Amino acid sequence: MTAWIKRLFVAAVLIFLAAPVVVVAGVSLNEPKRLLFPPQGLSLNWYVELFQQKDWLNALSNSVIVAVFASLLAVSIALPLALYIWGRTGLFARALFGLGVAPFMLPPVITALGFLVFWITIGLYGQMLATVVSHGVFLVTLPLVTISLGLQLVDRQLIEAAETMGADRRMVFRTVILPMIRPYMVSGFAFAFVLSLNEYIIAYMVAGFTVETLPIKIFNSLRYGYTPVMASVAILFVLIAMTVFGLIARFGDLPRLLGAWSPDRE
Amino acid sequence: MTTPSHRLSARPLAIYPAAMLLVFFLIPFGIMVVVSFFHRVEGAFFEPAFEFANYARFLSPFFGKILATSIGLSAAAAVIGVVVAFPFTYFLTTMPRRQQTVILVFLLSVLSLSEVIIGFAWSTLLSRTAGVSNLLVWIGILDGPQAYTPSLTALLLGLCYLGFPYAVLVIYPALSRLDPELPEAARMSGASPVAAFFNVIIPVMRNTIVGTLILVFVFTLGAYLLPQVLGRPQHWTLSVHITDQAIFQSNLPFSAAMAVFLLLVSLALVGITMLLSQPKGQRS
Repeated sequence: MTAWIKRLFVAAVLIFLAAPVVVVAGVSLNEPKRLLFPPQGLSLNWYVELFQQKDWLNALSNSVIVAVFASLLAVSIALPLALYIWGRTGLFARALFGLGVAPFMLPPVITALGFLVFWITIGLYGQMLATVVSHGVFLVTLPLVTISLGLQLVDRQLIEAAETMGADRRMVFRTVILPMIRPYMVSGFAFAFVLSLNEYIIAYMVAGFTVETLPIKIFNSLRYGYTPVMASVAILFVLIAMTVFGLIARFGDLPRLLGAWSPDRE
Repeated sequence: MTTPSHRLSARPLAIYPAAMLLVFFLIPFGIMVVVSFFHRVEGAFFEPAFEFANYARFLSPFFGKILATSIGLSAAAAVIGVVVAFPFTYFLTTMPRRQQTVILVFLLSVLSLSEVIIGFAWSTLLSRTAGVSNLLVWIGILDGPQAYTPSLTALLLGLCYLGFPYAVLVIYPALSRLDPELPEAARMSGASPVAAFFNVIIPVMRNTIVGTLILVFVFTLGAYLLPQVLGRPQHWTLSVHITDQAIFQSNLPFSAAMAVFLLLVSLALVGITMLLSQPKGQRS
C-alpha cells in the first residue's frame, strides 16, 4: 500500500519534470513552421535548419568554443587549487576554497554584473575572451568539488610507498595521484561544459550584443516570435546533458559524486 | 584531516589559482561595490563620485515593491520545492542504486537546463496552440484551448521547476547518509512508516530542511529570465531589474547598488546555512 503511494508520488513528480521537455520535443518535430502539439506531420527540418542557417550555426559555434575553453580554464584553476587545499586546514587554504565555491553559491546576476563592470573598466567588454574567462572563473566550483572528492580517495600509504622507493614529488603526482583523480577531472570538465553551454546571464551581460551564444539567441528570438528551431535547440541541449551525465554515471559512481556514501567503502 | 610531513602539494601551487580568483572574481566585485557609489551620467556609463544616492533609492516605493515581489515569489517557490523534494528524495534514497542513478541523471539534466530553455518550454506547455489546455479540451473538461501564460501561476510553476532538482540534490547527501537503522528502529517500536517519517526522520533532518529552504530561496532569487518570459512586468524581480538598469537604462551605479544589496542578503543567508550544516555527529 505505502509502496504503491511511493511509486505514484515519484512517478507524478517525474512526469511534472518531463512534461515541458516532452511538449518541446513534440513541437520540434512539426512540419509547418508553427509550434503545435501534438505536431502536425513529422519532420526533422528544424534540426537541419539549426545546422544550416547561418545565424543559428554561428550561435552554436560560439557556444561550443566558449564552453570548451571556459571548462579547460576552470579545470586548470581548480586542479592546483584542489591539490593545494588537500590536507591543509589553515585559514588561507579554507579561504581559497571558499573563494572557489563562492561564484556558484551566489545569484549569478551579481557575478554577471561584477564581470560587466570589470570588462568595461579594462576595455575588453564585448570580446569573446571576456565570455570565456568569466565562464571559466564562474564554473571553477564544479571541477574544484569533483577533484577534491577524488583526492579524498587517494591512499596516503601508496604515496609513502612511492616516496620510500625514491620518487620525487613530480613523479608521485604523475604516477600515483594523476591516474586516480583523472576521472574526477574529466567529470568536473563535463559538468562545467554543460553548464557553460546553458549559461545565459553572464554571457549576455559580458558580451551579449557581439558574442551571441545559443541561449542568448533563443531569448532574442523569443521576442520576435517563436520558431520550431528553438525547440530543436532545447532538445539538443537536453540530449547533450543526458549523454554527458549518463556517461559520468556509466563510468563513475554518480551517487557518490553527488554526496552519497559509496556502498563498497566503510 | 591529517597533515603529513611530506605534503604533496607545494606552496607555489596556490599562486596561479589564487591570482586568477583575485583578479577575475574579487577585483570585479570590488569594482562593482565602488561603482555603486558613483554618479550616473546620462548617455555615458558613470563618473567617479562618492554618494549614497543609489542606495537612497532603496527607500522608494518602486524598490519596495520589487523587493516584496522577489521575496514572495522565491519564498513560495522554495517552500513548495522543498515540501515536494524532501519526501521525493527520501523515496529516492530507498531505491536500488541503479534506479537512483537513472533518476539522478535525469535530475541533473533538468537542473543544468538554461533558464531560457525552461522558460521557453513552460510557455509552450502553457500556450494555447501546444499547451495542456488542448489535452483538457480533448478529455472534455474545457470547451476551447486557453493560454495560461503570462501569469503569476505560470511564473511560480516555472520557479518551482527551476528550484526542485536543486532542492533534491542539496537534500540527497544528508538523506542518503542517514542511518537506515533509524526508521527501522521506529518501525520496530510500533510506529507506522508515515509516523516514522514525520516523527523521526523530519526532526533529525531539521537543519538540512531549513538549510535547503534558504539555498533554494537564494537560488530562485537569482532567476532572471523566467519573470520576463512567464510573468508580467509587475512580476519582475530584483534580478531582472538589476540587468534592466545595467543594460537598458544604462544606470550602472544603481544597478550595482541593487547587486550589492542582493549580495549582502545572499551572503548572510548562505552564511546561516553553513552554520546550520556544521557537523553534529555527521561527517562533513
